[in-house]
Amino acid sequence: MKRKPEEGLLISPIRNGTVIDHIDPGEGLSVLRILGVTGRTTECLSIATNVESRQMGKKDIVKIENRELKKEEVDRISLVAPHASINIIREFRVEKKIGVEIPPLITGVIRCPNPGCISNANEPIQSSFHCRSKGYRCRYCETLITRDIATYII
Amino acid sequence: MDHIISIKEVSREEIDDILDRAAAIDQGIFDHDALAGKILAVLFFEPSTRTQMSFTAAMQRLGGTVINFGSVEASSIAKGETLADTIRVVSGYADAIVLRHPKEGASLFASEFSTVPVINAGDGAGQHPSQTLLDLFTIRQSMPLEGIDVGFLGDLRYGRTTHSLAFALSHYGVRIHTITPQGLELPPSLVHDLHEAGTEIVVHEHIDDIIPDLDVLYVTRIQRERFPDPGTYASIASWYRITPEVLTGVRDRFILMHPLPRVDEIDPAVDSLPCARYFQQAKNGVPIRMAMLQKVLP
Repeated sequence: MKRKPEEGLLISPIRNGTVIDHIDPGEGLSVLRILGVTGRTTECLSIATNVESRQMGKKDIVKIENRELKKEEVDRISLVAPHASINIIREFRVEKKIGVEIPPLITGVIRCPNPGCISNANEPIQSSFHCRSKGYRCRYCETLITRDIATYII
Repeated sequence: MDHIISIKEVSREEIDDILDRAAAIDQGIFDHDALAGKILAVLFFEPSTRTQMSFTAAMQRLGGTVINFGSVEASSIAKGETLADTIRVVSGYADAIVLRHPKEGASLFASEFSTVPVINAGDGAGQHPSQTLLDLFTIRQSMPLEGIDVGFLGDLRYGRTTHSLAFALSHYGVRIHTITPQGLELPPSLVHDLHEAGTEIVVHEHIDDIIPDLDVLYVTRIQRERFPDPGTYASIASWYRITPEVLTGVRDRFILMHPLPRVDEIDPAVDSLPCARYFQQAKNGVPIRMAMLQKVLP
């Protein structure tokens, strides 16, 4: 039977890959940046933003075909989408569900806003932040980021 | 391997151990050949004559020798060499490295590439643990550190010496009093850290309100460039100037400290008062740095 338009799927199911659900509304594109997915990468990708959600009011969803996210990639998502749930899909079935956990240290994902920090110098160095309840603190210069975290994503 | 990068990473026991060692050294109780045969590389990527001289004096008093790269302009850094490469190379030449660098976090970064201990001698607006240790040592020469009232006067927003000292004092149940011009208060993140460490912070509008109840007053320089015009600077600077009159009625054990160099913050007439300890404080740089060198070069 044909679905009514209002019941139709915004984005179709994937056979294999990862579905990132319950992303805070408007952060779907930031999640992609964190995962390094750009227009130049080869993944087949669907993204829905501001989808109605019973739990969250509104949410974003990202589906990436033929790529299973690793635990450390999942945890990086916590920067912008701490409530996200990750489903690993194999042959259209949910094979594994992974919750997002905030890691103690996050490396190479966000840039230190302090221009005087050694992590912004021309050195073989990756930015590194301690994740604290009140924000993200640069491991090198101790600059604290408390908001607009997505603007610092490398 | 022991590095000394940030006072935050040094426990109270380690601080006490360094202060005890420095106290013995100050009384002449130390082995003059303790570091004989050892080489210290003193790498100063920005000038700081006194810190450099006192580390050099400290190493030589313990029988060791010092190497450096001369001026930055004449070294490989001028050719564009990274700090990482400089550290890798120099840690092959020396038994320990003392590093001064304009970038915050440079010493922690250097310690990741060094095969020998690194001592931070100041990295930009970041950490400067030897200054903090000599400040603590200067206070302890006059009184126990536990439970005292310490006032900080001047620029507490940008002054790294006060930040590190305030943090270190949190180990000792010290009450901190601040007297600052508007806009130069302690940064909120530091206030948060100090509160978390259980330190009480009391904010005062004027030095006269608190001076009779202080054991230590730590004065820092208010920099001209923080103010929009010379007139504002001049009026603020005179408001925060310490004169012999300001110091009437202080406690018997009261001491006055300043990391130096001073400009107008302390009237030279104060220098001859028994409470003036800023030159003693500078002199204490040598025994403290000797104790630090002994700690990292056992």
